[in-house]
Amino acid sequence: MVEVTLWGALGTAAGGKSKVEIEAKDIRELFRKLAEQHPALEPHIQRGIAVAINGEIYRDTWSKEFPAGAEIFLLPRLAGG
Amino acid sequence: MGFDPRYTGRNFTSVGTRPVRPDGVDKVTGRARYGADFNMTGQLVGRVLRSPHAHARIKKINTSKAEKLAGVKAVITAADLPDLTDGDAAMYAILDNCMAREKALYDGHAVAAVAAVDARTAKEALKLIAVDYEVLPHVTDVDEAMKPTAPVLDDSVFTEGVEPRPAKPSNIAKRSQFGHGNVEEGFKQAHSIVERSFKTEQTHQGYIEPHACVASVSSDGTADLWVCTQGHFVYRQHCAQLLGMDVSKLRVTSSEIGGGFGGKTHVWAEPVALALSRKAGRPVKLVMSREEVFRASGPTSATSIDVKIGSRKDGTITAASATLRYSSGPYLGMWAEIGAMTAFACYKLENVRTVGFEVLVNRPKSAAYRAPSAPMAAFAVESAIDELAKTIGMDAVQFRIKNAAQEGTQSSYGPVYGPIGIGPTLEAAKSHAHMKAKLGKNQGRGMACGFWFNFGGQTCTDLNVGIDGSVSLAVGTVDVGGSRASLSLVAAEELGIPYEQVKAVVADTASLGYNDMTDGSRGTFSSSMATISAARNAIRTLRERAAQMWEISVDDVIWESGQAVAKGRKHGNLAPLSLKEIAAAAGNTGGPIAGHSELVADGAGVSFATHICDVEVDPDTGATRVLRYTVIQDAGKAVHPTYVEGQYQGGAAQGIGWALNEEYIYGKDGRLQNPGFLDYRIPVCSDLPMIDTQILEIPNPNHPYGVRGVGETSIVPPLAAIANAVSNAVGVRMTHIPMSPPRILAALGAG
Amino acid sequence: MSGIAVSTTINGDGVELLCQPQETLLDVLRDRLGLTGTKEGCGTGDCGACSVILDDRLVCSCLVLGAEAEGRRVETIEGMASGDSLHPLQQKFLEHAALQCGICTPGFLIAAKDLLARNPDPTETEIRFGLAGNLCRCTGYDKIVRAVQDAASVMKGA
Repeated sequence: MVEVTLWGALGTAAGGKSKVEIEAKDIRELFRKLAEQHPALEPHIQRGIAVAINGEIYRDTWSKEFPAGAEIFLLPRLAGG
Repeated sequence: MGFDPRYTGRNFTSVGTRPVRPDGVDKVTGRARYGADFNMTGQLVGRVLRSPHAHARIKKINTSKAEKLAGVKAVITAADLPDLTDGDAAMYAILDNCMAREKALYDGHAVAAVAAVDARTAKEALKLIAVDYEVLPHVTDVDEAMKPTAPVLDDSVFTEGVEPRPAKPSNIAKRSQFGHGNVEEGFKQAHSIVERSFKTEQTHQGYIEPHACVASVSSDGTADLWVCTQGHFVYRQHCAQLLGMDVSKLRVTSSEIGGGFGGKTHVWAEPVALALSRKAGRPVKLVMSREEVFRASGPTSATSIDVKIGSRKDGTITAASATLRYSSGPYLGMWAEIGAMTAFACYKLENVRTVGFEVLVNRPKSAAYRAPSAPMAAFAVESAIDELAKTIGMDAVQFRIKNAAQEGTQSSYGPVYGPIGIGPTLEAAKSHAHMKAKLGKNQGRGMACGFWFNFGGQTCTDLNVGIDGSVSLAVGTVDVGGSRASLSLVAAEELGIPYEQVKAVVADTASLGYNDMTDGSRGTFSSSMATISAARNAIRTLRERAAQMWEISVDDVIWESGQAVAKGRKHGNLAPLSLKEIAAAAGNTGGPIAGHSELVADGAGVSFATHICDVEVDPDTGATRVLRYTVIQDAGKAVHPTYVEGQYQGGAAQGIGWALNEEYIYGKDGRLQNPGFLDYRIPVCSDLPMIDTQILEIPNPNHPYGVRGVGETSIVPPLAAIANAVSNAVGVRMTHIPMSPPRILAALGAG
Repeated sequence: MSGIAVSTTINGDGVELLCQPQETLLDVLRDRLGLTGTKEGCGTGDCGACSVILDDRLVCSCLVLGAEAEGRRVETIEGMASGDSLHPLQQKFLEHAALQCGICTPGFLIAAKDLLARNPDPTETEIRFGLAGNLCRCTGYDKIVRAVQDAASVMKGA
């Protein structure tokens, strides 16, 4: 079970909650369960979300596992220049 | 074959040295080939017809006269680029931007294109294309575009991120929000509050090389594209999708690139060149003119930002909020969102809230420009911070040190920071000699901090050991500023061989797996990770081969200083085998020796910088001269320190131009008035002093050498550092960038 | 087809060519002669990437007509090195890393060569103003100026 913090727009889409509890061991499972439990998040997930695990930003790796007690934060998927 | 990216502190032999880059001789002799330096037999010249209107419905395009002109081999419009985007809004925006479908949305928007036997014929053909426009009212200013009375660019756009959904369409495409705590409560606790509004004008990345490509589509559906780009794999993907081709059938070769800074991470005319070639059955060379580059490729957003910051008497910030309005061009981007994320990222805040608005305007599609969106937000925040520090009578640097984010701080955009460099850069600034230099009349000093994320991404690298022991390193990240040198140093370091024994090249899309583009300061960071991984894989093979040659167990073989060494007393008689010797025997021991790596380089460290700047303002003309400039930035580990310094200096120079002179000037007719280097004034040699740099190295725990990305952060502080310096010099708070002479004179007159 | 016959000297070699009246010297160098070292950054004489030396005078080749090369001597970046020996300016640009993307480099080398020919011992200010006609977007000019200073002292000493 991990606690996930959602940034503004995602929180609104999840019914106003900024923190949700999800049973997931890695990023892929997290996205799948999030979409199941909060269908309004699906378009955001499709568009692209980055996951910050203990402050480090992961943009692509589905298999990245969550260490015990990790702080999980969902962010917009960014690009640089 | 897992690759452990964790930092392992070590002493380096190659990394950290300053050899000459491998592509250097070609570049100083004119041999290096850029986008427009390539030609194919039988090629045609491609030219694009562009809308002279800021906003117009395209009722009809008649190309028949153009098609009949002798020497014209193809004419295309949006009709030749069917919509294959399958509901992907971002791809549709790219498609529409490449060739307008229903409306021309900015002065310069492509509406048709021709391919002809020479430039003169192509130019004539454009004149023969008759476009029937219904001119519509336009809006080019970001604040004007938000008003309910503004002409609406797209009436299917209803502001996203707002509850309840608005009843009417508008140019406010999206609202985003970040932060934590309670800012209203926080402001109540403040002793002093500063509240100000700021504006920044639109600027262009200003690369000296215009977009250029040669496209060749064969009748069997395969194609070749030679192009200057920051990401040939991304270009391949986008072009293939828009043209309905398989990615493997389109080979994209990246030429040397003459500057990108984010502007060459998007396709502009490349799908058009491919479509022309497909229709004409011949290669098409399409090179943008400088005017086209300004009118129709990537500028950054124009912004309008409100900032409010409150602090206690002792300087502790109690609350910080910002509203950021960023122009996006005619299509939705995430510019204000990124600005909202970076605005307060340097600070440790209990109560913070940022709100961003993406605003559609009749200007070219906004593109990424080096740490996109961060410089403008930093300008607003760092200016307000300076003012707040002054209000409570605290030194500007000390105020920031007191509030700087640290390891364990929750960032204003959400996640908690690991080890970071902002504190160290501020401490270094505080004790830097620059701070002690005396200032004269009409002179002022300013400083500012900046933050940028840095990214990782998909990366592939091939390391092949030649029969003579020399090493070929094929990478997929385009080299924008010397990364081939850095990556060669990394390969040399891992293998324990001299730098000169490694040759790095940027491979084409047929030769390597997918690589994300060189943006997000990821070039050296990601490719060095993949190079280290590839080298370690090659070393595993080298040890196995040595074991074979010695007929011993591979467990008894180690790799040390470029050689295989048999360990253990029982092998004491075996002399070490060098890379050269093992390579020479490769054919007998199992074939060519190589190491490959395909990985996602995640966990890139965030990057901080502090800049100090001295200026002198002429009160009669309003002209500003930069007297002295210092960049202090954390690089994690500088692989090639000279090129890291180069990134620091280049970003600072762009920031100086942005702060003092550069802006897009639109007329009342919605047309760009200054699409050329004469009136879009970037800094020249005589405008700038030497730019001092100090590289700090706080290792990134997620890279074996501690490397952090460095390319972008140095453009984030300059707008604010210079604004603070000018404000101190003239005694008036400057709130509008660029601070060109007329604006400074107006401020002096008013103040 | 019509065309203007031009007889000129490029980097010491006699060259005969046909060009159109409206073609610039830059077009002729790049498209007719395949000498792509000289670059087009703007086409309007504002960036200096097309710098060449025409009869000992520094010019923007985008502002010179191809036909105007008749009977004159043109020096481009391709003629700067002698055989396999780089010119001191080229060598110093490499040592000081005075280039990042390198697109402005040919123009700067030609302009710097012209500057040092007219003023072999320039101050930093003279170098900066002497090169103000060449735009660079990558380096901030710091390492370019240092490279020119270093090359000047080598060339004086030699």
